[in-house]
Amino acid sequence: MPDKEDIVEPGHDDREFTVAARAQWKTIVRRFLRHRLAVISLTLLVLISLWAFFGPLFWKYDFAALNTAQKSLSPSRQHPFGTDDLGKDGFARIMRGTQRSLEIALMVSIIATTLGVTIGAIAGFYRGWLDALLMRFTDLILVIPLLVLVAVLSAGVPKAPWYTIPVLLGLFGWPLMARIARGEFLSLREKEFVEAARALGVSNRRIIFKHILPNLAGPIIVNATLTVSGAILIETALTFLGLGIREPEVSLGLLIDKGLPAYSTRPWLFWFPSLAVVIVSLCVNFIGDGLRDAFDPKQNRVRA
Amino acid sequence: MSLLEVKDLSVSFPTEDGVVQAVRHVSFTVERGEVVGIVGESGSGKSVTSMAVMGLLPRSASITGTVLYDGVDLLTLDQKTRTSYRGNRMGMIFQDPMTSLNPVYDIGWQLSEAVRTHNNISKKAAKAQAVELLKLVGIPQASKRVDAYPHEFSGGMRQRVMIAMAMANSPDLLIADEPTTALDVTVQAQILETLERIQAESGIGIILITHDLGVVAGMADRMLVMYAGSVVEDGAVDEIFYEPRMPYTAGLLGAIPRVGEAGAKLNQIKGTTPSLINLKPGCKFSSRCPLVIDVCRNVEPPLAATDQPAHLAACHRWKDLVGVDASAIFLQETAG
Repeated sequence: MPDKEDIVEPGHDDREFTVAARAQWKTIVRRFLRHRLAVISLTLLVLISLWAFFGPLFWKYDFAALNTAQKSLSPSRQHPFGTDDLGKDGFARIMRGTQRSLEIALMVSIIATTLGVTIGAIAGFYRGWLDALLMRFTDLILVIPLLVLVAVLSAGVPKAPWYTIPVLLGLFGWPLMARIARGEFLSLREKEFVEAARALGVSNRRIIFKHILPNLAGPIIVNATLTVSGAILIETALTFLGLGIREPEVSLGLLIDKGLPAYSTRPWLFWFPSLAVVIVSLCVNFIGDGLRDAFDPKQNRVRA
Repeated sequence: MSLLEVKDLSVSFPTEDGVVQAVRHVSFTVERGEVVGIVGESGSGKSVTSMAVMGLLPRSASITGTVLYDGVDLLTLDQKTRTSYRGNRMGMIFQDPMTSLNPVYDIGWQLSEAVRTHNNISKKAAKAQAVELLKLVGIPQASKRVDAYPHEFSGGMRQRVMIAMAMANSPDLLIADEPTTALDVTVQAQILETLERIQAESGIGIILITHDLGVVAGMADRMLVMYAGSVVEDGAVDEIFYEPRMPYTAGLLGAIPRVGEAGAKLNQIKGTTPSLINLKPGCKFSSRCPLVIDVCRNVEPPLAATDQPAHLAACHRWKDLVGVDASAIFLQETAG
């Protein structure tokens, strides 16, 4: 490869060429912005989050307030999503439920990603018996059905606060992330820049977290995003089975569960929370798709 | 006291097929301000020797012998003290500059990391030092380039950055493991010039590992020729180039095409290097050597003095190479 920039010709003005730093993340942002569905989903998700977290501050009804005078009303201007058989406002409850479901999903994703990346990184970097031990443990966690495990464990905790569910889901939801991180570490640890860092006298810990880990930003972010949408669905499923979030706490799963018996008489109680689950998890999935394409260096063509 | 004194160094690796004796009883010294070239073909143990000196071999490797650095035996140090030598007292440059830099950080960060690993100084001071280091290796517009990412640099510039990183803490010893192999010829010359200039300015000792005899001829003061894991010839570059005392070296030298001798026949050393698992007794080159006699097959010749001072060779028949055109011995065989 010719080394043009390297040679400063005699008489050539040194100021002539400028170096524009093109940081990698700029390229990634540009690629993400090209993915229209992902951008739309991101916008929608931001709006939904703002609505779910700040809406209750402005909305006239509280999610838990009973109003026996306004029982089982169909959607109207007063109650856009109707009311249930105790006169609780559907709009306030869905705001609150979306908020909780998002919080739960984020918690699960953060816990599972942190655990998974750490375990995978250690296994992939040190290899040997440590790797074997950690990966067999990962396999063990992976073969136990998450839903059943969390259901059993959460049932064992009476009067459990709402965050029991996301903590449990996070504690058992890391194996996939660990496998991804391990695979990446196995290949990255053999790279020459790692050897160069060793030759500089950098400690193992610093090599793992400062030199190698940032190279995994792509897979980690993508997988963490997909974990969010997975967690929303699992929480919904758990609560629908009566094993997750319990009253008076509210989540989207709980609202669907409560709305189902009234499916034929007051369908709004079932349809609005279901719609919220579908929209939120679709949004997160599309964002994950967009991120995956943005981080994939082979993805260079323009998307429709 | 020598800067580096390697005595009777042996390295072996366990594999499924048996124990690979990658380096066998290697001894050599490097003085301050001296450039020592190590040449040999792939698998001759050049890189493993340098890795053993740096302490970068995997834990599975079993290492014996002594590596005295400034009088301290590196092989007996605990892990932490050992790490404090790496990048601080001794630096290393690798073969492929395209992959030796971390793609996610800018050049400035990586140079600062080299400085900050061994010095407790602020990020700002380290960055200023990074700019100075880039100037040292001749990168124009260093204060701007310091914020660039590796992918914005060409191969030659990246290798300069690697040299800058290795020089960050002013080490006394620099190990360059095939520093020019991955670069094209014009850039090779620039990199060697840079290395030579830095060596002249700082007076450090350099171990230059290469299989390019031209690089060694141009830069090194002394050279070691390695074959099948051990040193077979050790001496001043001129002596070895003009009067080799080991048929293997003679064969290598005869295999270099020369300007003005177009059409002349080049040497060919027949056969391949022996497997380093279950080595046979005797001289490891005996199966390919045109001068082989019975004793060669049974007794491994030690690295011993020859007729020239400070010129060692491991050959039973070195005397038969005195005063003859050494490169011709392979041609005769080919003709016959």
